[in-house]
Amino acid sequence: MSDNSIADLLRTGPTVLNVGVKTFADTLEQVGARHLHVDWQPPAQGDPQLGALLAAMSDDDTPDSLGARIKAANDEALQGILAADPVWEDVRPAREVWPGMDERVLYHSGPPIEWGRMCGPMQGAVIGCILLEGWARDEHAARHLAASGGVRFEPCHHHGAVGPMAGLVSPSMPVFVVRNTDRGNYSYSSLNEGMGKVLRYGAYSPEVLARLRWMCDVLGPTLQVGIRALGSVPLKPLMAQALQMGDELHNRHVAATSLLFKTLAPALIRALDDRERAASALDPIAANNYFFLNLAMAACKVMLDSALDIPHSTVVVTMARNGVDFGIRVAGTGDRWFTGPAAVPDGVYLPGFTEADAAGDIGDSAITETAGLGGFAMGGAPAVVKVVGGTPDDALDFTRSMHTITLAQNPNWTMPALGFAGTPTGIDVRKVLDTNTLPIINTGIAHREAGVGQVGAGLVRPPMQCFTEALKALGEAVV
Amino acid sequence: MKITNLVKRNRYQDSVTLMQVAVKLREIEGVDEVALMMGTAPNLELMREAGLLEEGQGDAGPNDLIVAVRGEDAAVDAAFSMLEDLLRNEVSTGTGTARGEAISHNLHAGLAALPEANLVLISTPGIYAAAEARKALLQGKHTMLFSDNVSIEDEVALKRLATERGLLLMGPDCGTAIIGGVPLGFANVVRRGKIGVVGASGTGMQEVTSLIDRYGGGVSHAIGTGSRDLSSRVRAEMTLAGLRGLADDQDTEVVMVVSKPPDPAVLARILEVVSEQQKPSVLMFVGTQPGSYRGLGKQEFASTLEEAAKMAVRLAYGYHVEGEPVLGAEGDPLSHGVGQLKEGQRYVRGLFSGGTFCYEAMWQMKGLLDEPVFSNTPSSPDLALPDPHRSRGHTCIDLGSDEFTMGRPHPMIDFSTRSQRILQEAADPEVAVLLLDVVLGFGAHPDPAGALASALRRARDIAANDRRTLPVVAHICGTEGDPQGLEKQRQTLLQAGAIIAPSNAAAAMLAAGIARRVRPQATATKST
Repeated sequence: MSDNSIADLLRTGPTVLNVGVKTFADTLEQVGARHLHVDWQPPAQGDPQLGALLAAMSDDDTPDSLGARIKAANDEALQGILAADPVWEDVRPAREVWPGMDERVLYHSGPPIEWGRMCGPMQGAVIGCILLEGWARDEHAARHLAASGGVRFEPCHHHGAVGPMAGLVSPSMPVFVVRNTDRGNYSYSSLNEGMGKVLRYGAYSPEVLARLRWMCDVLGPTLQVGIRALGSVPLKPLMAQALQMGDELHNRHVAATSLLFKTLAPALIRALDDRERAASALDPIAANNYFFLNLAMAACKVMLDSALDIPHSTVVVTMARNGVDFGIRVAGTGDRWFTGPAAVPDGVYLPGFTEADAAGDIGDSAITETAGLGGFAMGGAPAVVKVVGGTPDDALDFTRSMHTITLAQNPNWTMPALGFAGTPTGIDVRKVLDTNTLPIINTGIAHREAGVGQVGAGLVRPPMQCFTEALKALGEAVV
Repeated sequence: MKITNLVKRNRYQDSVTLMQVAVKLREIEGVDEVALMMGTAPNLELMREAGLLEEGQGDAGPNDLIVAVRGEDAAVDAAFSMLEDLLRNEVSTGTGTARGEAISHNLHAGLAALPEANLVLISTPGIYAAAEARKALLQGKHTMLFSDNVSIEDEVALKRLATERGLLLMGPDCGTAIIGGVPLGFANVVRRGKIGVVGASGTGMQEVTSLIDRYGGGVSHAIGTGSRDLSSRVRAEMTLAGLRGLADDQDTEVVMVVSKPPDPAVLARILEVVSEQQKPSVLMFVGTQPGSYRGLGKQEFASTLEEAAKMAVRLAYGYHVEGEPVLGAEGDPLSHGVGQLKEGQRYVRGLFSGGTFCYEAMWQMKGLLDEPVFSNTPSSPDLALPDPHRSRGHTCIDLGSDEFTMGRPHPMIDFSTRSQRILQEAADPEVAVLLLDVVLGFGAHPDPAGALASALRRARDIAANDRRTLPVVAHICGTEGDPQGLEKQRQTLLQAGAIIAPSNAAAAMLAAGIARRVRPQATATKST
C-alpha cells in the first residue's frame, strides 16, 4: 500500500494504535510517541471462530478483495436506503392490495409463526380478525378454525407490509399505501386504532370489533378521499421536522401526528361535503398521539426494502418480533430469517402492572430502529425517556453507541441535541458482533394475555444469536 | 478461611491489568489469596486446582471475569468493595488522547479515532490475536503481534497477506521492537544511531541493542519478526522484508540479524539478500559456530550476542570495543568465592527470564563443562528435565516457558517463581553457582534487582547455615537510560552479593569456570 510502505514507517516513525495490554500504551505515553489505547474487548462475545470470520470479512480497500466487495455491496444498500423518498399516496382495503387474502389469509408481525406457538396477544388479535371477517361465529369457533389450519398465517414483512404489536392485517382492513419515488417500490401498514383496548394488543371484544368495522367502512374510505385530494404527502421531510421537534418516531409521534394533521385537515375538509364525516376522520388523529406510528413504519419499510437482495451486503434490512421469536433479515441473505427468543422489555409499567404481566417483545415497529429512528434517535428526543425509562444522558449515550454499529449518518434526519448529527443508519451485522453492541429498541409492552392491552413501555435488544447466525450465513455465502 | 467467587459477565480485561488489580487486593489485611481471571477453560481449571473455585462457579465463559478472594469475611468484603474502582482506574488512566473522546473498545473504532495510525500493536490473548492482526493488515496498517499462541498456519497466512500489501507483520510472539526510536512492547531505552537490527529473538534483540548503546553506538531500528520466522514453514518472510526495509533506510548503515539457528534453505535466502546489499552486516545465530557458515560478501558472523554488538559498533562507528569488566569480585575477579566451595558443589544452575539467554548460556557452557546441561528447553531431547521444577546436574531453566507462566505474569515482571526457585537451589548441596539474567527496560519489573535481592540474601543464609558459600553470577540486560537505571540495578545486585558479568555469554562462561574451579581468563578466549 503506497501510503504506508515499510520505508514510510521507518522514515516517519510509528503512530501506534495499542490493542491489548495497557502497559505498552503507558510506555508510548512516557516517550511521547503518538498513540491511542483501545480498551479492547473480544469480538463476537469471545467466540474465536466467529472472530476469525469477522476478520476475514472486515473492510479492505484492495480492489476485488472480499472486504472491498462487502463494502461495495453495503454502499449500494446504504445508497438505496438514504436515497429512498417515501410518500404517502393512498388508503386502500387490504383485499385490493393482496387479492389472495380472501382465501382466509392473515398477516402478522415478526418472523413466521404458527397458531400453536403464538403468544396471547397475537392469538387474541387473530381471533379478532376472524370475527371481523365473519369466518367464524364466536371466539370458540375462531380458535378452532385457527388451530385446525383453516387460516393461513404469513408475516406482513413477506408482503411489503408492517404492523405494530400483533400486527394483524385482514382482508377488509384499510391500509396506508406508501411509495418510494426513488425506486418505485411500495409498502403498506394498517391504520392506528388508538390506545386502550385495541386489536394490536390482542383485544377482540365487541367494542373493539365495532371500532374496526368503523375503520373499514368510514375512516379508511374517508382518508382515501383526503389523500387522493392531496395527491401525496412526502414523509421524509415531515419526519425530519418531527425529529427536530423531539419525536424519535417509534414511541413519540406527538410532533409528526400534529404535522400530519396540519397537512391533511384542510384538504380533507375541502374534499368532503359532509362536515361531520370529515371531522370523524380527523378526530382519531387529533386524539391519538400515536396516529403517525403506522405511517412512520411504512416509510421505514419502503426505505429498507430498497436494500433487499444485495449479495455480500451485511446491512440489516428487517428487525421484527412476533412475541415469541425475534427475527432479522440481512440484505446479503435474501428472504432468510435469523431468529432467537424474544426478550421481555426492560421498562416502565403502568400502575397495577409488573414485568410478570408482560408478553415477549412483539411487533414490526422495530423497523423504525432498523431505519435509524426510535431507540437509535433517542438522543434527539429526550422527552421519550419519560415513556421508556432512563435519563436524557442515557438517551444521548444510546444514540452514540448506535453510531458504532451503523455504517452512516442519515443526512436528511438530523438531531440538534447531537450537533445535528444524522440518525445512525445501516446496521452492519459485522459491527454488532465486533463491538458486542446490540441494537436498542424503544417499544411498547403488551400484556401477556390477549386483550388486556398495553402495560408499559421500555427498552429491548435483539438476542445476539440473530446476528451470529446471520454472520455465519453471510460467511458461507462469501468466504 | 473461605473462598468467595464473583463472576462479572461480559467483562473482558487483559491479564496484565487483572494481575495488577490482584496485587493491590492482596495487600488488604486479612486477605490470603486473590485471583482475577477470564473464565476460559484452562483458567477455570487452574483456579479449580488451586482451590480458588467455589462449587458451581464453573459456568463462567471466556468473556466473563471471575474473581476469587480467600480471607477473613471482613477482608473479603473490603476486597470486593474496592474491586470496581481498581478495575476502572487500571483501565481509564492515560488513554493517550487529551481530546476526551469516548474510549474505543475495538480495533476498527480505534482506527476511526486515530486514522493517522500507521502501526497497530496487538497484545490480546492468542486465540483472538490472528483475527485482530488480519483486520489491521486489511486496513493497511503495519502490525506488531506481541501475542503468542498463534498457530503457524495463521502466521504463514498473515505474513503472506502482509507481503502482498507491502506491510510489516512483526510477530506473532514478537516481544520487542524499536521503530524510529519508539519502543514497542518490552524494549530498552537505546540511543538512536546507525545500526539496524532484524531479530527473531526478543531478548536477543534487547541484549544487542542495549550493548550497542553501552558501547557508545546507537540503533536506527530494531525490527522483530517473531520466533518462528526463520523456520522452513515461514521462510523468513518478515526477516527478508525487514532487511529490505533497512537496506533502503537512510539512517541505517550497518545491518544485523539476530536469531536462533535458521532452517538451512532459509539461511541461504537470507545470505542471498544480505549479500546483495551495499551495507555491511553482522549475522548472529545463537547456538551455532560462526565457522559453520560461509558468507558471500560483507557479512561477519558472531558467536555471541556480545560479540555481535561489538562487531556492529566497529563496522558502524570504526572503533574497537573493549567491553566491560566483571564487577563484584574484587582483586582476582574469578577466584571470588571459588576457594571456599566444598567438594560436592559441582553444578551450575541457571534461572533465566529470557529464552534466548537460557539458550545462549547452554551453548556457551557446553564446551566448558564435562557434564551435559539439562533444561526445560533443551538443546537435544535427551537433555530434557523429567520435571522442570526439579534441577538435575547442570541445569538451565527458561522461566518464561508455558509451564511456568500459565496464569502468571512473565518472569521479567513477576519474580516470585524465580525467587522460590533460587531458595530451592540454595538448599541443594550440589550447587556450585547460580546464574541469572536481569532484564531492564519498558515492560519489565520496575526494580528487578530489588525484587531479587532478598531472595539472594536468603539463599546466602541457607548456604551459610550449611557451611557453604554460594556464588551468584548475574548479567544485566539494559541501559542507563532505562526506567530502572543500569547503574542503580548494578549497585543493588552487588550489595546483595552477586557477581555481575558484562554480558550473558560472559556470565555463562564465568559460571562454568566457577563450577570447574577454573580461572576465568583461561576460558575467556572464546569471546572476542
